Amino acid sequence: MSPGPQRLHVDWTRCDGHGSCAELLPELLALDDWGFPVSRTGEREPAVPAALEGHARRAQKACPLLALRLISAGTRAP
Amino acid sequence: MTLTLATQRLLAGLDHGPAPQLTADGLVDLVEASGLTGRGGAGFPTARKIRSIGRGPVVVGNAMESEFLSHKDALLLRSAPGLVLDGLEILAVALRARRTLLAVGHRIDPGPVREQVAVRRSPVEVRHLDGGFVAGQESALVNRLDGRPGLPGDPLVPVRKRGVDGRPTLVVNAETLAQLALLARYGADWFRSVGTPEDPGTFLVSLTGSSREVVPRPGVVEVARGTPLRDVLASAGTPLPRARAVLVGGYHGTWLPLAALDAPLSREGLAPYGATPGAGVVHVLDRRACPLRTSADVASYLARESAGQCGPCVNGLPRMADTLARLAVPGADPRLAPEVQRLQALVRGRGACAHPDGTAHFVASTMRVFAGHVEAHLRGECHALGRSA
Repeated sequence: MSPGPQRLHVDWTRCDGHGSCAELLPELLALDDWGFPVSRTGEREPAVPAALEGHARRAQKACPLLALRLISAGTRAP
Repeated sequence: MTLTLATQRLLAGLDHGPAPQLTADGLVDLVEASGLTGRGGAGFPTARKIRSIGRGPVVVGNAMESEFLSHKDALLLRSAPGLVLDGLEILAVALRARRTLLAVGHRIDPGPVREQVAVRRSPVEVRHLDGGFVAGQESALVNRLDGRPGLPGDPLVPVRKRGVDGRPTLVVNAETLAQLALLARYGADWFRSVGTPEDPGTFLVSLTGSSREVVPRPGVVEVARGTPLRDVLASAGTPLPRARAVLVGGYHGTWLPLAALDAPLSREGLAPYGATPGAGVVHVLDRRACPLRTSADVASYLARESAGQCGPCVNGLPRMADTLARLAVPGADPRLAPEVQRLQALVRGRGACAHPDGTAHFVASTMRVFAGHVEAHLRGECHALGRSA
């Protein structure tokens, strides 16, 4: 089953600014003044182009606090 | 103190008799037809909120009144606690709620509503809770009611899916509950007979000023949605030449310049100004106060009220407030103005709750509405302070 288009969700209650996500996914994430990830696309939860899905999964696995998640584009946070 | 201006419904002080019981379908149809929206701030259509709740829910009345300038829930629970309970019980019966709770903030006396609960042997559990500005945020409140720290949760799992006791949870503001109590008795046509077609009914306005001179009679007033801001100020005896601007919606709200005094207090009436009625806060700024100094103080308060959980909020809000405070000193470095703008844009959308967004919205509004005053400060002047550096 194809998971369909994915978006990046940061659980801010967990994120402590480790920064590995922006290192592994610089196309979509930068770091702010304090080392917390910030979307480069202007979207709250940036869409992940198919070409970057592998990198996005690696970034998700690299987060020591499990704060980064790939979610399907349908499950928008309210 | 209660002001008198036109439409008294919630504050009429009448005995409305027992509340009717509704089925789930009857409830949704009625609320849908009425056009009732949440009076707690977000203004979400109440029918849609009810419809989105799963089976066997927990119903929570929200009277935390975490918004510093809001006093309406306190007044309701003092003068019409029965209506708030009615609203909760109507929802509880229609939705077959497993539990029904009423969260009462620390600034509010829970005595009258507890007395009502005892008299009518209501199943509603009243909880008197402390907590700051974000304590009334839905997920923070649910966490608190569940015995966890009152911190907002990740919005990926909304409380309408998993809230108190892990059950679908419907959180409804106390005023919305009281509106529902009257709507259930008198019907949608009655409800819509005041207000605007797009934004019907009445709402409670908490009216305050930055000085006694600019708002001689602060208090809570019930008005029809769409009532011009000017009429609300008149009811409090505001001498308009003394006013500089009006903050609408609360500390997460929007400054309106005096040129906007004819704006109707409704969603569509305030939309051109980027504002919403929010939780009904109207706060008048005295001409003699520096608007940048006042706004910097509000931003600092909001920074201190961060739940301390999300990095961009914990770090960004104090920096933003501090930068605005430095800009509020006449003769400030001109680079501070674009820096405030950069910071307010930077924190948006980057928190578990809306606190960074709301604070950024307020700061952006400050920079927009007081742009002329910012320029004066950069020239070393402040007409409010009557001095130049």
